[in-house]
Amino acid sequence: MVNSNGGVIKIRDVRRVFKDLSGNDTVALEKVSIDINPGEFVSLVGPSGCGKSTLLRLITGLDKANEGELYLDDDKITAPHYERGLVFQNPTLFPWLNVYDNVAAGLKARKIYNEKKEEVAEFIKLVGLEGFEKSYPHQLSGGMAQRVSLARSLVNHPKVLLLDEPLGALDAFTRMQMQDEILRLWKERGTTMVLVTHDVDEAIYLSDRIVIMSPRPGKVEEIIDVKLPRPRQRNYPDFLRLRSKILETLNFAKEIDSYYL
Amino acid sequence: MFNEIVKADINKSSTAEKKKVYFKFIEVLPIIALLIAITLHLVIPNKQSFTTTKYYPTLLKAFIIIYFILLVSSTKVKKIFDILVNKGPLLTVAVILLELWDIVTLKLKLLPLPYFPGPDKVLSTLVSDWSLLGISTLYSLRLLFTGYIIGAILGLITGISTGWNQRANYWIGPLQKIIGPIPATAWIPIALTIFPTSFWASVFIIVLGVWFPVTVMTSSGIANVQNSFFEVAKALGANKRYLIFKVAIPAAFPTIFIGLFMGLGTSFLTLIVSEMLGVKAGLGWYINWAQGWADYSKVYASLIVIGVIFSSIITLLFKVKDKVLVWQRGLIKW
Repeated sequence: MVNSNGGVIKIRDVRRVFKDLSGNDTVALEKVSIDINPGEFVSLVGPSGCGKSTLLRLITGLDKANEGELYLDDDKITAPHYERGLVFQNPTLFPWLNVYDNVAAGLKARKIYNEKKEEVAEFIKLVGLEGFEKSYPHQLSGGMAQRVSLARSLVNHPKVLLLDEPLGALDAFTRMQMQDEILRLWKERGTTMVLVTHDVDEAIYLSDRIVIMSPRPGKVEEIIDVKLPRPRQRNYPDFLRLRSKILETLNFAKEIDSYYL
Repeated sequence: MFNEIVKADINKSSTAEKKKVYFKFIEVLPIIALLIAITLHLVIPNKQSFTTTKYYPTLLKAFIIIYFILLVSSTKVKKIFDILVNKGPLLTVAVILLELWDIVTLKLKLLPLPYFPGPDKVLSTLVSDWSLLGISTLYSLRLLFTGYIIGAILGLITGISTGWNQRANYWIGPLQKIIGPIPATAWIPIALTIFPTSFWASVFIIVLGVWFPVTVMTSSGIANVQNSFFEVAKALGANKRYLIFKVAIPAAFPTIFIGLFMGLGTSFLTLIVSEMLGVKAGLGWYINWAQGWADYSKVYASLIVIGVIFSSIITLLFKVKDKVLVWQRGLIKW
C-alpha cells in the first residue's frame, strides 16, 4: 500500500537502562534497530519484560534512550509530538471533558481549533460515535471510550499512531470488532501503525510485519513478514501455521525466562 | 443522561394517570401537628413574664395555610405529592420540637430566664430588630467575601505553584507547613496592631484561615494528577500552559473543591470570632453586644440569621461545584 500520510520510523542501536530500587542496572533494551516503512502496520510482540512498551515510549518521546537514536522521517525524536499519536490500554480520556471536547483537545492544544473545527465532527463520525458528543467518559463503555481515544489521536493527522495494548482491557467480542475498526481506520488514513500487544492472533490479524522481542536484555529476536492476503481469516491453515511458528519463537524466549511469559 | 430518562418516565406516568388523585395519610401529619401546636399555645397559660405578641401563632397560621395549599395541590401534582410524602415525617417532628420549645419556656418556665426565651420572643425580636440585624448581616457578608475571595485566590496561586513546581514547593512548602497550622484567630492581636483598621485586620485573619486549606488541597490535588493525562496531552501537542490550566487544574478540581469547602468553614469561624473581638459591626459583634445586655432573644435571633445565611452560602458553593463537576458523580454531598 502506497501512502503519503504515513511516516518512516528509524530506530538505530537503541539501548535503554533502568536503575532498580537497589541501584542495579536493568537493561530494558539492547542494540535495538528497526526500520518501519510509511503506512506500514508493525506489531511488537514478546513476553513481559522484553521492552516492547519501553520501545513504544521511546518512539513517543516520553522516555529517552541512553544510547542510539530514533527518527521520524528525518527528524530526531526528542520529545512528544502530535505527529506521533498515542493510544494507551487505558483510554485515558479527560474525564472532565465530554466526547466532543476530548476529540477537540488536540486541536485546541495546538491552537488550530477555530480553523479545523469541522474535523472534530468528522472524526467522531469516523469512529462511529455520532450522537454521543455530549456524553462524558464515565458514561461510555470500554470499547466506545477506546474509539474516542483513537479519534482524539487521529484528529491531529499523526504520521504515526502508537498503540500500547489498546484492546487489552476489552472483552473478546469487542476486541475483534475493534481490530476491524483499527484496520479500517488504518486503510482510510494510511497512517503508519506501531502496535504493542500480548496477543499473537491480534498481531497476525493486523500487521504487515511482526517484531518478536525477547527479554533480559530486551532485544529483537526475529522480524516476521505476514504475507497473508486481507481480509484475513483467523482459522485458515496459513494463519494457524504462522501462529504456531511465532509461538515457537516465543517459546524460545520463554526458555530464557519461563516465569515472564 | 440517566436523570433525563427518569424525568421522561415520570412525565409519561403523570400524563397516563392524569385523572388519578394522589393521597397518603403521612402527608397530613404536619398539619395535624401544626393544629395541635397552635391549640396548645393558645390554651396553656403563660408562665414567663414576657409581654407576648401574636408573632408565633401568626407564623403557625401561615404555615397551616401554606401547607394546606400544598396538600390540596399535591392531590393533582405528582411532584409536590412526592415531596410531601418524603418530607412529611420530618416536618411533623420539626413542628413538635418547635412547640416543645414553646411549652418548656413560655408556658411552663422550666428553663431559666433570660437565657431561654420562647419562640414568640425570638420571633418578635427578629421582626422588631430586623434593621440592625440586616445591617450587621451586610457588614459580615462584606468582610466574609473580601476575606474569602482574597484567601481563595492566594491559596489557589500558592497551591498550583507548589503542586506543579518543585522549586516553588522547596521555598513555599516549609512556610506553609509552619504558618498554616496556626489557628487564624491566634493572629488577632498582631493583626489588630499591624493593620490601620479593624476591617482589614479581620480580612487578613480570614485570608490566612482560607489560604491554608485551599493551598494544601490544591497542591496535593495537582501533585497527584495521574501522569498518563500529562503524557497523553503532550502527545496531542500540549504546551506547558495547556498542561497546567487544561489538564492539571481540571483534574485536581475535585480535591481543590474540598479545600474551598474547608476554607469556607474556617472563614465562617474566623469571621464571627474576629467580629466578637475587634470589629465594631457584623453578626459576631451583634451577638456579643446582645449578650452584654443579657438580651438572649437577640442572640438566638442572630443565630437563626447566621444559620440561614451560612447554609445558603454553602449551598451556593455546592451549586457551583455541580456546574463545574458535571463529569463527576459523588464527592461530598450537601
